[in-house]
Amino acid sequence: MNTDKQDSSEKIYIEPPLAPKRTRWQEFRRHFVKNKLAILGLIIFILFFFCAVAGLILTSGSNPLFDPAMVRLQEKLRPPLAKPNLVSLKPAEVPTLGIYLMGTDDLGRDVFSRMLQGAWVSLTVGFVAVGISVLIGIFMGGIAGYFGQHHIRIDHILLTLALIFGTGLMIAKFAFIGTLILLLCLAYIFYSRQTRDRSEEQEMSALKMILHGNAFSVDTLIMRIVDIMLCFPSFFLILTVVALLPASIYNIMIVIGLTSWMGTTRFVRAEFLSLREQDFVAAAKALGINNFRIIFRHIMPNAIAPVLVSATIGIASAILTEAGLSFLGFGVPPPHATWGNILSNGKNFIFDAPWLTFIPGIAILIVVLSFNLFGEGIRDILNPKLKGRS
Amino acid sequence: MINKKALLCVENLKVYFQSNGARARAVDGVSFEVREKETVCIVGESGCGKTVSALSVLGLIPSPPGEIVDGKIIFSGQNLINLDEKAMQKIRGNHISMVFQEPLTSLNPVFTVGDQIGETVRTHKKIETQALYRYCIQLLKDVGIPSPEQRISDYPHQLSGGQRQRVMIAMALACDPDLIIADEPTTALDVTVQAQILDLLRSIQKKRSMSILYISHDLGVVSVIADRIYVMYAGIIVEQGNTTQIFRDARHPYTQGLLASLPSLSKRGKRLNSIPGSVPNPAYKPEGCPFHPRCPHAISSCRKEFPKMCDWRQGHLARCPVLFESNGHKGSS
Repeated sequence: MNTDKQDSSEKIYIEPPLAPKRTRWQEFRRHFVKNKLAILGLIIFILFFFCAVAGLILTSGSNPLFDPAMVRLQEKLRPPLAKPNLVSLKPAEVPTLGIYLMGTDDLGRDVFSRMLQGAWVSLTVGFVAVGISVLIGIFMGGIAGYFGQHHIRIDHILLTLALIFGTGLMIAKFAFIGTLILLLCLAYIFYSRQTRDRSEEQEMSALKMILHGNAFSVDTLIMRIVDIMLCFPSFFLILTVVALLPASIYNIMIVIGLTSWMGTTRFVRAEFLSLREQDFVAAAKALGINNFRIIFRHIMPNAIAPVLVSATIGIASAILTEAGLSFLGFGVPPPHATWGNILSNGKNFIFDAPWLTFIPGIAILIVVLSFNLFGEGIRDILNPKLKGRS
Repeated sequence: MINKKALLCVENLKVYFQSNGARARAVDGVSFEVREKETVCIVGESGCGKTVSALSVLGLIPSPPGEIVDGKIIFSGQNLINLDEKAMQKIRGNHISMVFQEPLTSLNPVFTVGDQIGETVRTHKKIETQALYRYCIQLLKDVGIPSPEQRISDYPHQLSGGQRQRVMIAMALACDPDLIIADEPTTALDVTVQAQILDLLRSIQKKRSMSILYISHDLGVVSVIADRIYVMYAGIIVEQGNTTQIFRDARHPYTQGLLASLPSLSKRGKRLNSIPGSVPNPAYKPEGCPFHPRCPHAISSCRKEFPKMCDWRQGHLARCPVLFESNGHKGSS
């Protein structure tokens, strides 16, 4: 009997052979190749990426190959593919390509160079703004989805309000009252930490009952903040903020990022609500893995697919928002070219020099469209319900 | 019988769930113990509180609806109920680990098998990547997965059900725990694979000398693996004893009913027995003995008095004074 058991422990059971192996990536690629529009989107995106990187390298520095700021007043409003007038130009002023590939603007600046410079702005604005919004969205959505059922106590809310109020007063030159309020808050925190361990033995007084009551859940708090943010017409919010802040490309990225995280939060929360109840989360807990690791390493990869899709489409809308801001004159300050302000300059000459509006306009259209096509292509592939359609 | 040291000792555990104003008494005063190097089974129908008892040992009761109202869970000298979350995380996986029922959903679909096994080790110990890789392969070999060098980079969906359950067991074993809680680990598998997994658990237990708390509703499985058995019904333990005592000499009418409803060759062609009625709603349990509405031996006092544990012999206890007294013993508790 004994030897029999030992034999069985040494034995290796041979399981039935598996179906031909196909990794997730291979599966993804197989579906992706079938989706012609997504491929087109990806190709345009890659081209755009290389243009933007090349644009950054070729148009920056002290003596760039394509100088977007070179003013040639005698050569203004030349149409695309026009040859420069070699007689009136100094050798350094002749465009590198030998022709004005996309014409010149009202100051005789080469539009091709300016488009190259603007491409990098669009790319970075798109990616950084969406990066910020996805990070905030994932964090808020993850917290709301995973810790959603936890309640916030009334005393915590009052404490937070008092802290904000006190700090506000201190900044607004009511230093004495502000300090007093902050000190009271600290005293309360200290007091509640001291009494926490003993709280079970004591009879709760009525005031304490109210203070320790549950106000609302974390989920309610975060999702109502999202609702409030969604209520603002975000473009006008951005306009207001940009009008108050000094105009710079970084401010624009941050502002666009801070006003567009709500969609991601909703996505992530919805995914988390279902994933939280899955067995593998319980298994991870049973193996002693802490909450934040479970949220960000175990659940997040499962929830990331819809986020990536919305991020791809978000990049397109961020590029569009930046172009809109630049068009209205709130964007990147003028000497630096962006697609939006080339368009904005061009609108004064729309009948004399239509290329000044058409070229950046069509560039924006193509890039935004390519991102949208690519994003929707990924969504179709990642969503098993849509597989095999189209 | 050698008296071994108790590793896990649960005393009078009460776990209640709050739902729609009613109070569901899922676990209502359960006591059991698991000794070193022993396999203990908790048997019972669905909804009798087996899983809840197991989860509360690990402190995994979902806290807004559920609450441990009373009781002690002593694990190698410390009461796990008093521990905070941080300390519990050190116990989970490291000293007590769990194998779940559904190997299909208990593995994270986006990680490779090696990642998931390594995750447990990395959480509790400091280990280099190379050493971790070798350790994971060794673990996969230990749980009988063929060609572990290739399987280690597979995703869960590429494995069969049996292999997934082996991976789950490997994960549970990763930190050499003292106790493994196996919550119906073979329920989702077919019978041949089930036998393999049970064999595996037994051989691992022997090699690593650890204890297993095995939760099941399947008496067939239990008879193979258990040293001692606790039979649960409606949140209480109705009978406890070693395997022979329970299977040869069941003393509680519920256990007798369960055994009678097992199919066997001698009953070929006859209808299977069944216990009439169903498990009471944990929020509205009958007064007195919770089994009395379904019990063939019920007398009027069963309706009022909560039955005591009656000692038959040598650790064989049953919560039914009626049968006990009719057999000429004197009640004791």
